[in-house]
Amino acid sequence: MAVLEVKNLKKRFGELDVLKGVSFSLEKGQVLALIGSSGGGKSTLLRCLNFLETPDEGQILVNGKPLLSGSEEEIRKNRLHFGLVFQNFNLFPQYTVLENITLAPGLLKLDTPEAIRANALALLEKVGLSQKANAYPYQLSGGQQQRTAIARALALNPEILCFDEPTSALDPELTGEVLRVIRDLKTGGNTMIVVTHEMEFAKSVADVIIYMAEGVIEEAGTPEEVFDNPKSEKTRAFLRGTQERF
Amino acid sequence: MFIPVMQQLLAGFGETLKVFLLTLVFSIPLGLVVCFGSMSKWRPFRRLIGGRLGFLGKWMPIRMVTRTFVWIIRGSPLMLQLILVFYGPGLLFDLPAMSRFNATILAFSINYACYFSEIYRGGIESIPQGQYEAGQVLGMTRHQIFFKVVLLQVIKRITAPMGNEVITLVKDTSLARVIGIYELIWAGESFIKKGLLWPLFATGVFYLVFSGALTVLLNSFEKKLDYFRG
Repeated sequence: MAVLEVKNLKKRFGELDVLKGVSFSLEKGQVLALIGSSGGGKSTLLRCLNFLETPDEGQILVNGKPLLSGSEEEIRKNRLHFGLVFQNFNLFPQYTVLENITLAPGLLKLDTPEAIRANALALLEKVGLSQKANAYPYQLSGGQQQRTAIARALALNPEILCFDEPTSALDPELTGEVLRVIRDLKTGGNTMIVVTHEMEFAKSVADVIIYMAEGVIEEAGTPEEVFDNPKSEKTRAFLRGTQERF
Repeated sequence: MFIPVMQQLLAGFGETLKVFLLTLVFSIPLGLVVCFGSMSKWRPFRRLIGGRLGFLGKWMPIRMVTRTFVWIIRGSPLMLQLILVFYGPGLLFDLPAMSRFNATILAFSINYACYFSEIYRGGIESIPQGQYEAGQVLGMTRHQIFFKVVLLQVIKRITAPMGNEVITLVKDTSLARVIGIYELIWAGESFIKKGLLWPLFATGVFYLVFSGALTVLLNSFEKKLDYFRG
């Protein structure tokens, strides 16, 4: 059974239709790359999945269970099925790297403080930042900050980890270290949704590609299907645009 | 002559200090309440949006009342507010008067709370939306986000403007004399009729030394928060 099912999701901001009925599903352990031009609805879709926006219509099901209805308390529980890594990291500046990771699990009382700390250190090891456990965010490079943010999201053990353009705010030479971490997570079996403009990365890591334009899924399929044999003219035009930059 | 003058001035400074400290104790938390009021988004008639009475739907009564109150307090002289708080209840409603001291603390606390509330609001609104969103996606409650994520960043950002207000308060305490609080300036001035002018000028030294000490304190507080940026 699919771990995630999205059914006919719609969202409008005032007069603007941002999502015009989006449906897809994702199997456990799969990586989905969402591609498309800015304004196509990718980020809004991701924000809906993480309850940062409330869709006007449609359903989100995780393991067959619908998530969208309920009290503030239930929504807070439901959103923990998802983790989100932001474009701008959004680390908490007054906490060390380690504290950034342990804060939420501690507040949610997921485990004993010692176990939470041990888990956080293990996650730091995984993203290659063991040396930086006691550094503050401002002392880190952008790539290190983003890896910390990934560890912070992983600390809550989300079933589906979402990335909203995780490398767009980084200097080009720092994108590699972040993308490598995401690739390692795939090897580790994590289910992930990545909004990205890194086409080569999407091609090599994703199991499924969804190309979104003007609030709808214009094309979906395996990387080979979407990149090598796009059916839609819009997709072809978009892909040409990403290659011919100069 | 020097020692009796100093005794008088110290007595006056004691009152000044009491007004100063008690005002801070009450106005710092009260300012947060006023701040939340002026940021309130409660719209009791929001279901009317789109209808004929749609304009009512956007009405935010708590915000409107609070902001009007802040305008009145910031827009009128503190001296007038002192007089009103002390004489007003008796003249207008025939209520028993408060003690001069209590009236002073009440008027000062309300006045400073309103100024503080605007500093708090500026600080809170300057925190990037991403901080709230990061807290939300990590499953924190609104309460936890405010106290565990936002508050310390706000405190860091408002320390300098709060320091300004605190130092202004040191000198504003001299207004309390209009309702008969025997504070430092009055103590100094009382020697004029005995032919002594210098005690009044000597009060300036008291203010300078005290605000100097406060500046040192505020600076060390700012240094304490230097360990992070943002």
